[in-house]
Amino acid sequence: MSSVQRDMSLTGQPPAALNTIQKLATALGVGGLLLLVLAIFNVRLMNQSLWLTTALTSIFVGIVLFSYGAYADKQAGIKNDGVWFKSISNRGFLAWVAGLALTGFYIVLYFKAELLGLNTEGENSGLIALFDPLSKILSGNPASQWFVYGTLYTIAILGFGIKFLWKYRHNRYERLRTLSVMFFQTAFAFLIPEFMARLNSDDFNLPYYDLKNIWPLNYYNFEQYRVDGFISSGSIGLALLIFGIASIFVITPILTYKYGKRWYCSWVCGCGGLAETAGDPFRHLSDKSEFAWKVERWVVHSVLVFVVVMTTAVVATYLGYDSEKYWLTKDVFLIGVAVFLTALFGLIWLFKKEELKQDARYGAVGYLVIVLALIGIHFSSGSTLFLIPAETLRTTYGFLIGSIFSGVIGTGFYPIFGNRVWCRFGCPMAAILGLQQRLFSKFRITTNGGQCISCGNCSSYCEMGIDVRAYAQKGENIVRASCVGCGICSAVCPRGVLKLENAYTEKRINSREVLLGNDVDLMDYLNQN
Amino acid sequence: MEHVVIVGNGIAGVTAARHIRKNSDKKITIISAESEHFFSRTALMYVYMGHMRFKDLKPYEDHFWSKNRIDLKQAYVKKVDTANKTLLLAKGDTITYDTLILATGSVPATYGWKGLELHGVQGLVSKQDLELLEKNAPNNQACPKAVIVGGGLIGVELAEMLHTRKIEVTMLVREKGFWSSVLPEADAQMISEHIKSHHINLLHEEELDEILGDAQGNVRAIRTKSGKEISCNLVGITTGVKPKIDFLEGSGIATDKGILVNRLLQTNQAHVYAIGDCAQQHEAIGLRKPVEAVWYTGRMMGETVAQTICGTPFEYNPGNWFNSAKFFDIEYQTYGWVFSNKNKKPYEAHFHWKHPDNTKCITIAYHKETRAFLGINTFGIRMRHDVLDHWLNTRKSVDEVVHNLAQANFDPEFFKSYYSNINAAFSGANSKA
Repeated sequence: MSSVQRDMSLTGQPPAALNTIQKLATALGVGGLLLLVLAIFNVRLMNQSLWLTTALTSIFVGIVLFSYGAYADKQAGIKNDGVWFKSISNRGFLAWVAGLALTGFYIVLYFKAELLGLNTEGENSGLIALFDPLSKILSGNPASQWFVYGTLYTIAILGFGIKFLWKYRHNRYERLRTLSVMFFQTAFAFLIPEFMARLNSDDFNLPYYDLKNIWPLNYYNFEQYRVDGFISSGSIGLALLIFGIASIFVITPILTYKYGKRWYCSWVCGCGGLAETAGDPFRHLSDKSEFAWKVERWVVHSVLVFVVVMTTAVVATYLGYDSEKYWLTKDVFLIGVAVFLTALFGLIWLFKKEELKQDARYGAVGYLVIVLALIGIHFSSGSTLFLIPAETLRTTYGFLIGSIFSGVIGTGFYPIFGNRVWCRFGCPMAAILGLQQRLFSKFRITTNGGQCISCGNCSSYCEMGIDVRAYAQKGENIVRASCVGCGICSAVCPRGVLKLENAYTEKRINSREVLLGNDVDLMDYLNQN
Repeated sequence: MEHVVIVGNGIAGVTAARHIRKNSDKKITIISAESEHFFSRTALMYVYMGHMRFKDLKPYEDHFWSKNRIDLKQAYVKKVDTANKTLLLAKGDTITYDTLILATGSVPATYGWKGLELHGVQGLVSKQDLELLEKNAPNNQACPKAVIVGGGLIGVELAEMLHTRKIEVTMLVREKGFWSSVLPEADAQMISEHIKSHHINLLHEEELDEILGDAQGNVRAIRTKSGKEISCNLVGITTGVKPKIDFLEGSGIATDKGILVNRLLQTNQAHVYAIGDCAQQHEAIGLRKPVEAVWYTGRMMGETVAQTICGTPFEYNPGNWFNSAKFFDIEYQTYGWVFSNKNKKPYEAHFHWKHPDNTKCITIAYHKETRAFLGINTFGIRMRHDVLDHWLNTRKSVDEVVHNLAQANFDPEFFKSYYSNINAAFSGANSKA
């Protein structure tokens, strides 16, 4: 007999709760975080190094144990059950708590680091002092707020990277890609710069340099103190300076042509690394509307123009007032920038005009005119560069884009807007790579003939908010500037419709009126019209 | 202006509407009782599983329809009056058409079992079915046990859905292997084992006899033809679908199982067409069935009928058969014809290869005498549609196909490939023969 009271259960209550292992793991991880919070208030219950080790180990083991609880007893395959039922991943209460906590952390980190115990004059205290022993082992110097952040960031990418590896253990593309971001974060972003700091002395002064962090993402790379540092550090320094310039003008275009922007955004980049690992549970929260796409194009390209103007202004300024120090003069530099941009723009216009939509053309023309006008005004007036002092431009960019956009909004709001808000709307590096991916690259996501059933998994789980289904159901390959090549659309597709690949550039989009599988004569008739 | 009225906003009706709009300025109205907007029926399962929200199932944003001047009307068509070119709606109002396209889809097929009217007995075809399932089986306290009748594609989806809410699932499957009315035995066996590995209680060679209820009219158990009684709170009926045509009685539109159409997809009444699941060809096309309840055929009929209505008549002449599905974690694709043991043609031979881990296999069908390639099933391996379509069109031999199979691979980059194993197995099988 049935004892079910149907009228009592009108709404579904699917199992979204944590199992015992996951509860234990959460307690362990949160415990580790609490130890760090206690340190902020200068509570010291044990030896510094032991305290730090305990805290970091608890966080790391907590994450790994949580993943074990989540995936160990499940077969290899897609693991999105209950994503939209869980408070943390459906913009519920936990999501807001996490979002506010992260946002608060970023605000303190960027603007009130003294609250964490930062003391640039003397001994650190609080949380930052807790990290001093580790920092001294690596670089020989006391910790800064950036060292604390870098350590936690690396632990997040490693811990959640293991979670991701487990979740996608059936997918070798995802596994390799994740191992790659874990490696680049640990070696290039975390360890190498610390070791490089050990080389420094009075007459050898390499700036902190994460080699994979390329201008314009690394918007400060060509500021005076850094350029002076490179120049003062002999041939190694000069090599690094040349590497920094070659990264954006030579290496990046070649790799993007061959593999699409994914070689950077989802295989190497640190922002991408965090988004793909710690941010993975939030990928479905990105906005897929056409409106969001429109906003994205204007905002991200405006940031790109901003960073070009800002960097040009900053470099021109120090080339101007310290002209005897550099072989490049300010005027040659400015004319060089103008000529380069005009040539680049002219070539795109000449060869790729058809591929740019109407508003992209207007936007491009508008931006070029603005940049050239600013350089022109400089030559005619001669006094204040670009109307606004370069220093104001630099600090404004650093505040608005470098801190607020990439940190506070970009990462703090993972649980609300999704994990790639910065990469999609704000990153100027992504904008450059995206333009290239759209116009000059072998990369595309191939649609498998007529097999799409419009289910929407691809669009739902696209962290960049690309409406993948809109293309797949038309039988059209996906060639979008914003695609970071994470490969999840292809992974979640239940019908094997999508494949990321690098191939011939002819017929890269390959749009069809009628999909494969229908009458051959009908396809011929329509595709000829 | 000519008014094209389309009854049904599924893939067939919506595809027809989009292509008519591309090719003409006709006034277009889509009528649906089920939902305001077009959604992907095949993805209903993902809403219950929490992968997506219902609104994520809509392939077009809501502004798409007004932007493309496609009028949407949510109403139930009760009667079709072909003499006056008028549709009578359930609320009593009417709508007139110049051209009518019937794209009403399917409803679950049932076979006169006792107890079908009990609370907790349902199919899984419509949006309303999904809402009902959310009521009948919200969690494993309200619904600890479920029985699914029928081993087909909807059945395995329902099993996977209920499994995510930790509801104990028993499946009754008439045959010895899963979906073996369609799949060759070896393929069906592998899928059966995979389903069992997900803790689904899969009972082969069992059929439903009767559904048993309690005093409140709720399901309490089912009895199989072998006399087994299995207690349950939900009975999922997934023994196939049949065309939705009951509202056409007395309309003068000729029907059999479905709405009878010629190759131009015209019914026996002037200016009335039928497409998708509800249409039935007078004579089967090639080896296809006269009624095809598949997403892709619905879409192809929509693409075709739009040309005819816009003045360039095209017969419905689909190309090579293809289909796909997913059984829990195992994806399935098929191109060309690979028939089940029961339906195998006299000239048809099969080459089968299976990976030892039991999650990947392929079956290739070829002609015994000519060795022409007839079709392929792949499980756990993705294949490239246009390559296989080309091979089928150019009548490649099975030897060439197996030899070049890697060219048709569509698995993601860096995936391990098995083509050398497959080739070795194929030469082994040939030398034995």
